[in-house]
Amino acid sequence: MHRREFIALSSLLLFSSPSRAGGKATPLRIGLTPTLLHERHALLADWQTYLEARLGVPVRFVLRDSYSDTMDLIKQQRLDIAWLSDYPYVLMKPWVRLLVTPLKDGRPLYRSYLIVPARDTRSRSIADLEGKVFAYADPYSHTGYLFPRHVLTTLGKSPKTFFGRTFFTWSHRKAIEAVAQHLADGAAVESYVWDALAREEPRLTSATRIVNRSREFGFPPLVAVNNLPEKTFQTLRRVLTEMHQNAQGRGILARLHLDGFVPGDAGLYSEVERMAQAAAKQDDAARF
Amino acid sequence: MTLRVFDLSFRYKIPLWGSVLIAAVALTLTLSFMLQAYDNLKRDMLAHSDNLGRVLVKTLYTPMLHDDVWRAYEIVRAPFSEAATPASFRAEGLILLDAAHAVFVSSQPDGWPMRTPLARLGPSYAQLEARLRAVPEASAVLLEADDVILLALPMISDEVGIGHLLLVHPAGFYWPRFRQLAWRALLISGLVLSVLLPINWYWGRRMAAPVGRLAERMDALGKHDPASSLSHDYPYRDELGRLFLAYERMLAEMTEKTALEQRMVKADRLAALGRLSAGIAHEINNPLGGLITSLDTVKLHAARDPVLDRFLPYLERGLAQIRDIVAALLVETKGRSRPLLARDIDDVQTLLAPEARKRDIDWTWDNRAGDACRLPATLLRQVLINLVLNALQAAGQAGQAGQVTVRCVGGERDLVLEVENDGAAIPAELMKHLFEPFTGHNEEGHGLGLWVTHQIVEQLRGRIDVESRDGHTRFRVTLPQGESAWPPNACV
Repeated sequence: MHRREFIALSSLLLFSSPSRAGGKATPLRIGLTPTLLHERHALLADWQTYLEARLGVPVRFVLRDSYSDTMDLIKQQRLDIAWLSDYPYVLMKPWVRLLVTPLKDGRPLYRSYLIVPARDTRSRSIADLEGKVFAYADPYSHTGYLFPRHVLTTLGKSPKTFFGRTFFTWSHRKAIEAVAQHLADGAAVESYVWDALAREEPRLTSATRIVNRSREFGFPPLVAVNNLPEKTFQTLRRVLTEMHQNAQGRGILARLHLDGFVPGDAGLYSEVERMAQAAAKQDDAARF
Repeated sequence: MTLRVFDLSFRYKIPLWGSVLIAAVALTLTLSFMLQAYDNLKRDMLAHSDNLGRVLVKTLYTPMLHDDVWRAYEIVRAPFSEAATPASFRAEGLILLDAAHAVFVSSQPDGWPMRTPLARLGPSYAQLEARLRAVPEASAVLLEADDVILLALPMISDEVGIGHLLLVHPAGFYWPRFRQLAWRALLISGLVLSVLLPINWYWGRRMAAPVGRLAERMDALGKHDPASSLSHDYPYRDELGRLFLAYERMLAEMTEKTALEQRMVKADRLAALGRLSAGIAHEINNPLGGLITSLDTVKLHAARDPVLDRFLPYLERGLAQIRDIVAALLVETKGRSRPLLARDIDDVQTLLAPEARKRDIDWTWDNRAGDACRLPATLLRQVLINLVLNALQAAGQAGQAGQVTVRCVGGERDLVLEVENDGAAIPAELMKHLFEPFTGHNEEGHGLGLWVTHQIVEQLRGRIDVESRDGHTRFRVTLPQGESAWPPNACV
């Protein structure tokens, strides 16, 4: 889907690039994928201050407009930490180690929501959307791409031909907007984003209807690059997992709509790994 | 009805016509401005739309080429987001068409869903599609249908066309702007009218007011005495000013004519009276002469008789009185008399001095008659005596000592006698019949003094002017000098 061209186009840097970050200590570079956090600069600034105070090193958040951009940055050794979706995590396993997994409602789990416009009261499952316009969040999104396609495959349908038209919105929030504004007849989105928006912008989410909630998957984790010093890794993991223990940390977590962080458990992501492998196999099969 | 409008007073007609004219001009200007504005606005807005479209085409080309629906959607949607709508952007929506003329993406997915063929969007769109198929790929197409105005711009780069950007305008999308402009134009017209109309009204009334006043005066002419002068009503020298001057001239002439007529009537009456009284006097004079002669004869020759002695004086006195009155009525200017000398005036002063003393009058004589007069002394002495006696009687008011001034001025052309007193004014009623016999009759005279004076002056071709107001009454006698005027030809 012309991904490479798009990647070439989007090179927005919100915070100073790592190459320019000098000073007495090398800053810790944290990559973020397009989620809720993209337009929450005040929250990011607070989180940055919080982390800097506890880590003793400068912290820089590096925002990119697609998952693949962040993944490229990891491969290019231009990030130390990244908050990735679970699917990119399993794809990036050779380069990264699991740092922490966020807790949502006390559990490190989330789902994929299949949503349709609120005016569509008929659709009961993804099967009802055959021939319709479907919005994917990102080609490297689990809940917004991999999972709905996996479901279709399970149903014996070809994801390539099932929908009349598909397009990427490059974020879950925009996928919700596409459905709310009737540009798309359906989309699959992260439960975390939809639930947070339901609280922050109920007008947007109320224009959509959740048709299906998937089973639970491991929440998108924070990962560290393999060559991050062990000491830093451990300090970071401790700082993050202890965030819920102080008021300031709890305040930031509340604004992130999270309860806290727990040390990552690779077992949480075994299912998505299987799905990814199946999809890769299918793509290979289609190629030949 | 029409006639009534034309019959209206200038006071209304001038402002009314002015108002109609001003309103017509304002209306015409406003209308022509609005027509012009309508055309310009339509053109400008379409041009603006076209410009916007061409900018959008450049921005949209890459997303479309990359099949990036969402990016294209965000771009076509931007002009319609609540925060970004510029006041002048009036397109209703944007539709991005792919090469097959189906909706690639649109600003309103509800109305124009993705993948819908253009022809299925409505009859006007079908018409547009036909046009698009007919023209080369690179040309823009403007379609003005009844319900919608469509502007299709080619999505083209390096001569590669990948579709069209369709700008959808509601039919008459320029109406709101036009209404705003029109409203403003009307407001300005209203303001101008609200200034011009009162000015016009004021000016019109101002123009018409003197005309109205003139018309009123003209109407009043002949009904009663018009006001003496109008000049202060209109001080300017334009046509109207000339009209006022002409009116004044006419008024003066009319007044003079009326006065002349009155004088002529009076003179006629006096002349008639003169003829009548002279006739009667003549008729009485002849038998009277006989009677007086007879009486003289009786006195000389009749035997003395006590009865006769007793009644003869009565007869004598009665006849003498009749003779005096008849003589007074018979004013004779014929016959020779020596010319007047300055001392004749002094004589009159001496003669009347006792009377003045008796009445305790303070008098002043100014004798400049000279000795070159060519006027009969006897008659003038009589005239002067009559006038001064009257003045002595009339002078003084409320027990105060009266004042009388007598002035005789002899000139080359005429002689002027002036007698003034400070008594009460002559009553208006008396003034009308002043010179008629027995008018000024009172216990001190027979009322023939002024009549006789008038007769003498008339026969000498002179004039008597009388001015009388409270505390100042003046008789002025003007008599022409010279042989040609005296002795006169006419006689009574």
